[in-house]
Amino acid sequence: MAVTDVKRLLSLLAVSLLTTNAFAAVLPEERADTMYHAYSGGGVTIDGPSVLVRKNIGNSVSLSANYYVDMISGASIDVQATASPYEEQRDEFSLGADYLVEKTTMSLNYTNSSESDYQAETVGFGISQDFFGDLSTLSMRASYGSDTVMRNDDGDFSDFAEHRRYSLGWSQILTTKLIAELSVETVSDEGFLNNPYRSVRYLNPGTELGFSYQSELYPRTRNSDAVALRAKYMLPYRAAIKSEYRRYADSWGISSNNLELRYTHPLEEKSLILEGKLRFYKQAGADFYSDLFPYADATNFRARDKELSDFTTTAIGFGATYQLPERWALFNRRNTVNLYWDYIFFDYDNFHDVRVHDGSTDYLPGEEPTYSFNAHVVRLFWSMWF
Amino acid sequence: MSKRALLLLPVMLLLGGCETLMPEPWVKPYERHYLADPIMSFERDPVAAGYMNHVYEAREAARGAEGGSGGGCGCN
Repeated sequence: MAVTDVKRLLSLLAVSLLTTNAFAAVLPEERADTMYHAYSGGGVTIDGPSVLVRKNIGNSVSLSANYYVDMISGASIDVQATASPYEEQRDEFSLGADYLVEKTTMSLNYTNSSESDYQAETVGFGISQDFFGDLSTLSMRASYGSDTVMRNDDGDFSDFAEHRRYSLGWSQILTTKLIAELSVETVSDEGFLNNPYRSVRYLNPGTELGFSYQSELYPRTRNSDAVALRAKYMLPYRAAIKSEYRRYADSWGISSNNLELRYTHPLEEKSLILEGKLRFYKQAGADFYSDLFPYADATNFRARDKELSDFTTTAIGFGATYQLPERWALFNRRNTVNLYWDYIFFDYDNFHDVRVHDGSTDYLPGEEPTYSFNAHVVRLFWSMWF
Repeated sequence: MSKRALLLLPVMLLLGGCETLMPEPWVKPYERHYLADPIMSFERDPVAAGYMNHVYEAREAARGAEGGSGGGCGCN
């Protein structure tokens, strides 16, 4: 047998082994990722590191650990209108374990998040099962989070929030080139759910600007449902497209739709994988949201958080993954460097920019221009497979 | 045959029929080389996918059903 035939036979064998394992239940890949992330927009910069390591013990246990930091600086429009710029840091630690038995994977995870005025702990349990010749995977996950909410400027203030999340996922291989996934998730919150620093404004003709501020007041429960359908398709040449649609609704009257399209194109000879994406999000806000209430204590609940208003976001993103050549690869492992950048435009329909009143009396309350801003989101990371 | 057994008969027939009605898995293990390509995974990099979910969840009211990389951010 010629050497080329032996090589061809070995490569066929490798492909068949790989493809057999690719969709039977397997443990996640063993890898380490070190990332710098940055979000910059609307007067705020949030950046920091994230390190994620995943390692197997034997053939049936996979352990993971993540350390993540958000360093927040600057002043968002809320802060510019009613408070001073600030700096803050959030540290998050996560530990996870996956246990594989035949076609079933069970997972446990714990997350601890800590800020000067917010402490959160979450525990979760998940199970997934492959069946129908490994064409289908059914997964379920439940988690419970317990938070303590505090105020930096009021040592006596302390309250709690609890979060219960239940999700169900069905992934299905439909053809040799098409895979789809249906996800549903219900979330139930209870406790102090608003930001303790944020205010709403109301008409107050007796003041110079014609309006005043009072604290937000949210309901102490919130229940939401989300359903998402995503699919990935291999094109006739080696490139893939992903589409995703999600519908969301909750007991606060918020509903939203989002759509994402992604194109992934490898350039094998250059060891590159290029990616481009578009994402659209449209939201109808909460029943108790108003940019300007008619008077103080006008409603039982009140919010002026722009995240609870009517708005749309439009995002475009590009990214590249470069596999390092062997001479540069650390520890003789597969190494990649990755850079992803997203540009997001936030456009609010009923959140007005009150900063126009600064030194000007040209605008009547409620007639200020609506607010919009853009943000840049960067992920720069190095990945190494063990 | 008791009345209870008679009531169970249609259920048993239905269950028995399921086996023949159930289609065979139509994509064989040796036909999955396209699906095994890393570019075909929904999210290739969990560290970056989890971060993007956090970015969206902190600025949009919607949460949940993000797929494998979701799970909440524990922040306000």
